[in-house]
Order: sequence, then structure tokens, then C-alpha cells
Amino acid sequence: MSEPLEHPAASGEPDIDAATAAAKAVLHTRRAFIFKLSVMLNAAVGAVLAVPLVGYLLGPALKKGSNTGSWIALGGIDDFPVGETRLAEFRSPVANFDDGDTAKVACWVRRISTQQFQVFAINCAHLGCPVRWFAQSKLFLCPCHGGAYYEDGSRASGPPERGLFEYKYRIDGNSLVIHAGDMPTLATEASCKQEPLIQIAPVEFETASAATRSKQWPV
Amino acid sequence: MASLKQRALAAYEWLESRLGLIAPLSKAAAHPTPANNSSWWYVFGSAATVLLLLQVVTGILLALVYSPSANEAWASLGVLNHSIALGWYLRALHGWGSDFMIAIVLIHVVQVFLFGAYKFPRELTWMVGVGLLLLTLGMAFTGQVMRFDQDAYWGLGIGASIMSRVPLIGEPLVHLLLGGPIIGGATLSRFFTLHVFVVPGLLLSFAFIHIFMTLKHGVSDWPMPGRIVSKATYEREYHELVVKTGIPFVPDAAWKDAIFAAAIVFAVMACAFFFGPFGPTGTPDPTIIQTVPKPDFAFLWIYALLAFLPASLETPVILIAPVLAIAGMLLLPLFAGEGERHWARRPVAVLMVSVIAVTLGIFTRLGTYTPWSPIMDAWTSAPIPAKYLHNSTPLERQGALVLQDKQCRNCHSLNGVGGQRGPALDEVASHMTEDQIIRQVLQGGGNMPAYGNALSPAETKALMRFLMTLHGDLAPAIDASRVLTHADVTPPAQAMPQPAPKTP
Repeated sequence: MSEPLEHPAASGEPDIDAATAAAKAVLHTRRAFIFKLSVMLNAAVGAVLAVPLVGYLLGPALKKGSNTGSWIALGGIDDFPVGETRLAEFRSPVANFDDGDTAKVACWVRRISTQQFQVFAINCAHLGCPVRWFAQSKLFLCPCHGGAYYEDGSRASGPPERGLFEYKYRIDGNSLVIHAGDMPTLATEASCKQEPLIQIAPVEFETASAATRSKQWPV
Repeated sequence: MASLKQRALAAYEWLESRLGLIAPLSKAAAHPTPANNSSWWYVFGSAATVLLLLQVVTGILLALVYSPSANEAWASLGVLNHSIALGWYLRALHGWGSDFMIAIVLIHVVQVFLFGAYKFPRELTWMVGVGLLLLTLGMAFTGQVMRFDQDAYWGLGIGASIMSRVPLIGEPLVHLLLGGPIIGGATLSRFFTLHVFVVPGLLLSFAFIHIFMTLKHGVSDWPMPGRIVSKATYEREYHELVVKTGIPFVPDAAWKDAIFAAAIVFAVMACAFFFGPFGPTGTPDPTIIQTVPKPDFAFLWIYALLAFLPASLETPVILIAPVLAIAGMLLLPLFAGEGERHWARRPVAVLMVSVIAVTLGIFTRLGTYTPWSPIMDAWTSAPIPAKYLHNSTPLERQGALVLQDKQCRNCHSLNGVGGQRGPALDEVASHMTEDQIIRQVLQGGGNMPAYGNALSPAETKALMRFLMTLHGDLAPAIDASRVLTHADVTPPAQAMPQPAPKTP
């Protein structure tokens, strides 16, 4: 019972010449030809089927990160005293309906002067762990591998090869607005390359931006 | 009236004449195997298979309740842990089963390697086995994401950060991994798909092929020093060995497999019952930054390795080393497919296993207590030991306050309490002079950030005065050249002459 069924021609041992001739003939019958044709047909159909499937699979990768994200308000600038660095939170502008808590994003806001800010990503430039600000020693420290950054976000010590990622910001009237999109990593830095859209750049922006530092979005 | 036995036989024949699988499977199970491989060393592969089946069963049962949505995953684990009868036990079985499976698979790999069982004609069996090892680790990583707690969230962040280091295609790879621009619902969905459909499907198919090939070539015979594997003769020799000493695998050899598998499953049950499930830790809310993310046990060594790589080497090592390691394992049987099998005649193999095992062990051990990480709350929770403040001047006490306030303890320990990122300060003055301490504090260097911007001159002076009192049983270090230039200042009588330190 264990032997699988075999084609009658395959069993038995006819003499070799006849076998090879028969085998050759089998390869050149009309049925064999049509079978080959059908294999090619399926390959073609398969290829046509595969293109959209692969496109669907690679969808997230094909979307340019520099185009994602938008400007989002962090709160009034009065929430951030001059000379201090404070934790701010926002809901990611690129979040989906099913992101839950993970849609929340934290960032460190350093107010240098009345009009000058620095907004740092929470993610360590080494491997993305959340850095914490230590006001007394004026350092950001990472709990994972001990990366340390100075108050201006530049690298102080440890494994990171660069300073903290910075969000682009501007001041709209009395509120601090940053551009956020991708989770900041070495390949997807926090700062967008996209021009601000006219409809989401309020008029106050023009007047407020004049006196700010170079990091602020240029008009 | 046919007897019960006859009826049963008739039923079996009815089934088998239609199914046709029972007889060939029984025959395969009872295939003859050389008597010398009926050994307790040969039980790990079957134990790994049994654990895989346990994972499949417990995984399906967990999927009845688990909700693979970023909104609900964490809460559904709470439901499993606390509200569903025995939900905690199923989670514990699945978690401990995973740890045991990794351990058994690793032992199996080491045993096969040391016994030279990967050599001809079992090269492809080994290669498929390498795939099984990687898939097992893949299950462990994706499984950690299923927990969707803080560790899972930041673990994904580490994964994305590693991906972002790939040149040119770093950005699309990050997006592909996360399913979008941020870690969120899409990320959990795709890791769920990997953990529940893709990787288990591959794992079961690979395991089937692996076992099929094991049956085809037979379980490798016990290696003997001097018995050389040669492509020309091995199969004939193995066949002769089977004919001469063969015993049916079931039951004569398989009883050891069965007993070991039962013991392992029992151990998983015991660990699950007594130690309970893993986590979850806090909610996956990235605005909760009071967290110290850590990967699961199997990946602690990587976590440790990433702390020690110099910044300039990190990206090349992260991207190239795994490729080399996997390629090396895959190609091993092609380069060493013949020759000695016995470990006593393969010192390089033994040395490699020892070095790799010790290395992984040390890195894993380091990963459990992360001496490279600052202790984020040491500055508030670890007071200056009182013995260091006896007979101290007001300035020195002020310095102790500076040490505490400026969070030095996060990286430096006193009396064994505090971070281990920097050196302990208990006897710092015995090997650093005043000037050296000031320079190190203000300018940093080595692994220390510069504190020039965070300290006023008065604070620096006080801190230095306090640190100079910490010299243990030795005299404080002095700068001999300074003594010579200030001839009017008499050096401390007990001080030994020190070599002149390099001027900063």
C-alpha cells in the first residue's frame, strides 16, 4: 500500500533503446507542448498577480518619510520657562485610529530665550531609547546604553555617534509648533524636508518668526 | 458475531486501505538505527520538536483571548493574567516554553556540531537546522513584541534604529519594519502576522523537512576517533553498521527521547506554575519615560554588545557580523563535510564552542545588571556615606552636596552604591591630583561628559575639596612639579613623591 501509483510506462524494464526513444517521444508530444505552454501561461498570470501583492507588501516602505508628518502645536510658549528644559507631549499627527497609547509622543523642549527654542526627540540617537533630562548636571542620559548629551543636544559621551534629533519648530502667535512625522532614527530624522503648506501656516507665523534663531523654519 | 478484536482490525483495515499513511509511518518510526546512537546525547532534537508543538498548542489557546491591536493588546494580557481562568498559566507555559525551546535548540546545535553530525551526507539537514535556529529566535523576538508593553515598544525602537543604519535603504526598511512612520497599530499587526502565521508556518515546514531528511539519512552514528567520514565510503559503512547493529528506533531507541521530552515538558510546567508569566511591564505609552527598557533573556547578550561597541564600529559590526555569522554556519558543512567527527580530534571546533559559549554567557550576565547604564535615581536615593563626612570642613561638606546635587552618583558609586558607568570614587584622590580632578570634571573625557557649563567655580572648588578627602588608606596624590615651583609651600609630610602627571 505504501508505494505511490506509477504510470504504467514507468514500471517494468523494457530494453534501453526503446525506453529512450519512448522518453524522447513523450517530451515532444502535442500534450507535452501544451503543458509547457500552460506552465508559461501560469508564470505570466503569476507575475501579473504578484506585482500588486508585492506593491501592497512594500507599501509602507515606498512612502517617502520626508512627505509624512505635519505641524502640530505643543502648547503655549508660556508653558516653557526661559532657561529650562521640559517634557512636552503631543499626539502624533501621523497616528492611525488603532494606535492607542503608542500614538503619543514625548519630546524635550528647551527654551533658550523668549523666542529661541530647541525641541529634541525623546529617542536616543544610538538605538532609540527614551533619554531623560537631568537639570542639575545639564545632561540628557539614556537608560539603555548610557548615551549622554549636553543641554543643547550635542553628544557628550557614550555610544551615540551624533547629538539628539531635533524637531523643526516655529512660534505661531503664542504657541510653539513643531513639525513631527516619522519616529526619529538615523535614517528618518525628526526634521522634515517638506515646505510648510500655506493653509496650515497661519499669518502670525510671518511676524513671529523674524526674531528667532536659525533652527526655526525659514520664511 | 465477530469479536471486538476482529471488528477493530476490520475498522483499521477500512481506514488504512483508504488513508494509506499508518503503515508507512509505522514503518518509518521503526526504522533500524545503529545501536550506538541510542544515547542520552541524542534526545535534544525530538525534545525541541515536542516544545514546538507545545508552543503551537499554547499559542492557539492564547490567540483565543489576545487582541492584536495597539489599543487593546496590553489590556488583553491583563485579562489573560487576571480575569480568565488559568489564563496566567497559559501565558506562563507559552513564555517558559519559549525560553526552554531556545535553550534546547541551542544545545541541539552544539551537540550536532561537536559530534560532527553535520558532515556528509547530512549537510542540508544542518543548513535547514540553521534556518530552524533563526526562525526560533525570530519567534522569540516577535513574541516579545506580542507582549506590547514598554519593553516591547522600546525593543521595536531599537529594531527600527538598527534598521535605520542600513545604508541607502535605511528609511524604507524602517517603514517596512514598523508598517508606517511610527511604532503603532500597524507595527503590532505585522508582528502578529509574523508571529502567528509566517514564522510558525516556515518553522513547521522546515521542521518537517529536517525530520524527513533525518529519516532519509538515518540518525548519525556515534562518532569514534579515527573513523573518518568520506563521501566515497560513508553511506556504505553506515548501512553496514545498521545491518550489523541496527535496533528499531521505536521502541528501542526512542524511549530515551520520550522520557527526556516528558521531563522537559514537566520542567516547563513547573517553571510556569511556580514562576508565572512574563510581564507585561508598563503600558506601551512612549510618554512614560521613567522606564529602563530591556530585551528578553535570549537577546540580553546583543543588548550588552551594543553598549560596548565603539561608535565608529557600531554600524559596520551590526550590519556585517550577523551576515558573516549566518553565512559561516550555513556554509560550514560545505567546507568541513568530510573528515574526523569525534570532538577529541577537532580541537578548533571545541575551542570555538567554548569561546562562543563563554562570550555569550558573559555578555548575557552583563546584560542582567547593565553596568554601563547610569542609575537614573541614584542621586536622590543613595546618600553620601556618613563615614566620608567625619571631620570634614564646611567646604568639603559643601562639595559632598555638589556631588549629590549634580547627579554624579548616577554614574559613580560611593561605598558600592551608585552607577557603575564611571569609576567608583571611594579612593579617587589616591590616584588623581587636584588639577587632574578639576580638569576631568570640567572638561570630561574618556566616557565622561564635561561639567564646565553645569558647575560654578565655587561648586567646582568645593567638589574638588570633597573628592580630595577620598583617598582610602593612601596619601592623596600630589603634583610633584607644583611643589618645586612653589618652594615656600611645604609638601605634606606623609606624601610619597609621585611621578609628575601630564599637564592637561
